[in-house]
Amino acid sequence: MSEAGRQRVLELKREYPSSRSALLPALHVVQEEFGFIPAEPMAEVAAILEVLQGDVEQVVTFYRMYNQMPVGRFHIKICDSIACYLRGSDELIEQAGQKLGVGLNQTTTDGQITLAKIECLAACGAAPCLQVNDEYLYNVTPEKLDEVLEKLTTAQENPYYIP
Amino acid sequence: MQEQAQVFPPPPVLMTEKPPFEYQLLKHRAIPGMAKLEVYRANGGYKGLERAVLEMQPDEVVNEVKASGLRGRGGAGFPAGTKWSFIPKVSGPKYVCCNADESEPGTFKDHELIENNPHQLIEGVLITCYAIGAEHGFIYVRGEFARGIRVLRRALAEAKAAGLIGSNILGSNYSCQITVHPGAGAYICGEESALLESLEGKRGFPRLRPPFPAVAGLYARPTVINNCETLSNVSHILREGAAWYSSFGTEKTKGFRVYCLSGHVERPGNYELACGTTFRELIYTLGGGVWKGRNIKCLIPGGSSTPMLAPTDEVLDTPMDFEGIAARGSMQGSAGIIVFDDQTCIVGAVLRLVEFYKEESCGKCTPCREGTQWLVQMLHRLENGEGRPGDLDTLLEVGGNIEGKSFCLLGDSAPVPIRSAMKLFREEFEYHITHKTCQVGPRAGKQLVGVH
Ligand SMILES: Cc1cc2nc3c(=O)[nH]c(=O)nc-3n(C[C@H](O)[C@H](O)[C@H](O)COP(=O)(O)O)c2cc1C
Ligand code: SF4
Ligand code: FES
Repeated sequence: MSEAGRQRVLELKREYPSSRSALLPALHVVQEEFGFIPAEPMAEVAAILEVLQGDVEQVVTFYRMYNQMPVGRFHIKICDSIACYLRGSDELIEQAGQKLGVGLNQTTTDGQITLAKIECLAACGAAPCLQVNDEYLYNVTPEKLDEVLEKLTTAQENPYYIP
Repeated sequence: MQEQAQVFPPPPVLMTEKPPFEYQLLKHRAIPGMAKLEVYRANGGYKGLERAVLEMQPDEVVNEVKASGLRGRGGAGFPAGTKWSFIPKVSGPKYVCCNADESEPGTFKDHELIENNPHQLIEGVLITCYAIGAEHGFIYVRGEFARGIRVLRRALAEAKAAGLIGSNILGSNYSCQITVHPGAGAYICGEESALLESLEGKRGFPRLRPPFPAVAGLYARPTVINNCETLSNVSHILREGAAWYSSFGTEKTKGFRVYCLSGHVERPGNYELACGTTFRELIYTLGGGVWKGRNIKCLIPGGSSTPMLAPTDEVLDTPMDFEGIAARGSMQGSAGIIVFDDQTCIVGAVLRLVEFYKEESCGKCTPCREGTQWLVQMLHRLENGEGRPGDLDTLLEVGGNIEGKSFCLLGDSAPVPIRSAMKLFREEFEYHITHKTCQVGPRAGKQLVGVH
């Protein structure tokens, strides 16, 4: 882990009455840096927070947001729960798969985009919706999806990030 | 690139138009910049906190919230003040946890409240902490709300710098800190005891109860857990008083709340209304009715865990409060109203609803872990025209074996869509078996076998 990452984890540790409570946010720090949760920084977090490594692994495998394997630069997650389903999310997933030439949880050969579906994102009033990494896009039409995929094919930074 | 990025809710919602109900919780829609402390304070923000910590005893705050009639907005509708009064008067740490895990399909109010009006929530958490004698509050936000978490952290830093959080708040001798805790993707962590486990850095497995959180919650200390919208209401109650708050709403459900409207309507979105507004008003007058000029087939009144209702006049004219919806055989829940149009294949929709519970089952107990998989398998067969006579009864039977035998309410909720849909549309399920086609929708009349 970078020095900045380590400092951030130490800061988080101080925020809680019990250091183990900082585990979830600390793993988010790891994922922000590496794009997934590699073994070494996971062990580092365990050491800093004084948690058994096995307990950390259990947490990493339990929560959906932690990637256990590397993913593409952009992780597209299309919601396919009921409200999005009613407004065409299955069609979007199919369209994205065809356009990218990948199946679900697969990454394009250039390592740029991973396609996934996700359960309800709590944006059902703006369905269908999706996330690019941790940023949202709402009311996604087939045209808009094409545009998004186009843009992400060459982007370096997430164009949908707002502070 | 910026114009591509979107806040929640996306335009045109945040453009001011005359609201159906004078905005309280959603005041940010009328006043730009509410996420900033300065703007929030210029509009009465933190007046409730001032009143509480400078003029009232903690017990008086509890009584004020009791008198307001505020009931929980997370699902069960338990009176908030009463919940607080269960906290024992012992020395040592006590905690307040705000539940902003918001993951129930059909619910998206906390998302808007957090991204646009963070101080309203922070103020509510502080007041609640003061009322029960806690000096540390936690806001558990689902990890996917990455932007909401950034907004909240900025707001916390601002409030801290202004002396609203930390030592000697507003010059009083009361001190309190607040921590934003990001979840990491698990619906079960919205269940309050699983939320506590998650806050302690563990997997989100629900706890055995008793003991209840009021007695032994976070770190085995007395803990209050309330929904994000519940706590946002508290700021208004302390600022304007219980009498003002309870002048809105119905006899047993006071105040106002944010109704989440989704599915096949012209204008889906969040609507802040007095409690007890009718379905008809929400869906037709405000929501613009069913899209594409169609009719309603059925609706879900309170998030995916609540039973479906047929759109009879009796149902449409029902006031949306806890008692009103219960009288129709369903539940107010989290006030997520999902509308299905008459072209919806009910088997497909129910499959999608139940798949959610299968995906989100935490795996701790067998009836839920295994049972939800069986339900999904059988529904898949039906949906694909491979159902067999007797399947419908088996579905109900397997569902019955999950309900009441599961460790927590997630398991109990999984068969709810099946049971309620079968009551309303049994012949459509049977049609899938006998004709191997759908009766309605884009696949009506087409052979389903081998489609998938
Ligand atoms: C499976 C499950 C998921 C839940 N998810 C949420 C949630 O996301 N947000 C929430 O406020 N309550 C949720 N609840 C209800 C909480 O357990 C709890 O009752 C609520 O947070 C109490 O707050 P309130 O009294 O202010 O409503 C859930 C319950 C269950 C069984
Ligand atoms: S009912 Fe389901 S979600 Fe609840 S404890 Fe059992 S397996 Fe977990
Ligand atoms: S169903 Fe897609 S955001 Fe809720």
